[in-house]
Amino acid sequence: MTENDAASSRPTVADRPPAAIEVEHLVKVYKETRAVDGISFSIARGSITGLLGGNGAGKTTTIAMIMGLVLPTSGRVRVLGHGMPEDSAAVLGRMNFESPYVDMPMRLTVRQNLTIFGKLYAVTNLRERIAALADDLDLNDFLDRANGKLSAGQKTRVALAKALINQPELLLLDEPTASLDPDTADWVRAHLESYRRQNQATILLASHNMLEVERLCDRVIIMKRGRIEDDGTPDAIMARYNRSTLEEVFLDVARGRVQETLR
Amino acid sequence: MSEISLHRGISMHRIGAMILRYWYLLLSSWPRLLELVYWPALQIITWGFLQLYIAENAGFFARAGGTLIGAVILWDILFRGQLGFSISFLEEMWARNLGNLMMSPLKPIEFLLALMSMSLIRLAIGVIPMTLLALFLFHFNFYSLGLPLIAFFCNLIFTSWSVGIFVSGLVLRNGLGAESIVWTLMFAVMPLACIYYPVSVLPVWLQHVAWALPPTYVFEGMRALLIEDAFRADLMLDALVINAVLLLASFGAFLALLRSAKKNGALLSGGE
Repeated sequence: MTENDAASSRPTVADRPPAAIEVEHLVKVYKETRAVDGISFSIARGSITGLLGGNGAGKTTTIAMIMGLVLPTSGRVRVLGHGMPEDSAAVLGRMNFESPYVDMPMRLTVRQNLTIFGKLYAVTNLRERIAALADDLDLNDFLDRANGKLSAGQKTRVALAKALINQPELLLLDEPTASLDPDTADWVRAHLESYRRQNQATILLASHNMLEVERLCDRVIIMKRGRIEDDGTPDAIMARYNRSTLEEVFLDVARGRVQETLR
Repeated sequence: MSEISLHRGISMHRIGAMILRYWYLLLSSWPRLLELVYWPALQIITWGFLQLYIAENAGFFARAGGTLIGAVILWDILFRGQLGFSISFLEEMWARNLGNLMMSPLKPIEFLLALMSMSLIRLAIGVIPMTLLALFLFHFNFYSLGLPLIAFFCNLIFTSWSVGIFVSGLVLRNGLGAESIVWTLMFAVMPLACIYYPVSVLPVWLQHVAWALPPTYVFEGMRALLIEDAFRADLMLDALVINAVLLLASFGAFLALLRSAKKNGALLSGGE
């Protein structure tokens, strides 16, 4: 193979699929509060990225702008190659989310809820899909029970089933294991890892659980007061702060104890 | 929920999914079903006896048999039509499910069409037993109004949807703190729609306001039919034109309020 042949078979920028999420100079101002302050990042397809930060850091607002639930004051968001929110119809069926800020209807059974969301997402072979999710996420014992009568752990599994009903290419998760016992939380993380592996899906998750982020994420974006404070692999960030856990890094950032090496 | 792509295809599948969601909810809750029938039944019984009493004591009402009962039923179509629409919307707010819907491929127009369909279903559950009560207890056959009934019904239901769409937008924008407007706004229409009395009773300046409301045309039309045995097609056409304008305006207002809710982050909080 000549050098020219090799060059022509190499994927060009135009051939490469666009990043799963591209955020450019994103700003969100609520009256006096600058919730997100000019952040830019790009998330590669097939990766798991953690969005870290204390309360009020701007994580939820950022995710909400990516989903199109909140309109940016300025800046640009592109999801799976389409501008949000102006071209959201092209991508909403290819993504999904789970958040503690929303619930599934309480009086409906798990099966009814999954049926309705499956129909909204135009899932083909819906019965089989629900049966497969029920097996995967261990929902069979309470598939015909009202959602309001489930435990917190069971509800989280149902919310995850809803988030996976359309086999999304992009999954946005806001505190996916909040209020779960360690066993259920570990189980959810294992499932997310396996879903990403099997589907080459992209996952962006906001979390306060540093162990979760260390275990799941290829990359971590740390936010503080609406800005990106740091961005890199968990190992690189821990090395940069000369710390052995992300929790220590988080505390350093939250309390403004930036290491000399970063200055 | 994509608001930009209104011009693209409307999915009956997604509308059907939303109707199914509300149908499951109704079937899962007997108090919800009972509530649909309870108030209309109480209304018809109270007003029916009042009509009997007045008819025995006043010559005019003896001639104009059924005007009160007819007005009660038509008012209930208007009021219950709006409530049927708005309550289905409120169910999403109460269930904190709106975020799930907004993030799904469901379009605002599909959501609104599903709410309209549900208002018809809820109305049927509440009003059909009401008309049967009127028939058996007071010998007033609502369906004997015939074809004009279709014109009355369509105009009233279109108005109820316009009000329903507008107040749902207000709740979307302002959270459940604005919920009371859902229950009360239609009552602001009540004195001006001239349900139980002719428009001529109002002061002249207020008559202009009354004629801007489609229900006024319907109640005047009902009285013309029951008292003079004349169907006023002109009134129904005027009402239809105003309804078309109101529906378009309410849909525009809903989209503007949805956009404002997204701007203010109201869809994330959704509370008070």
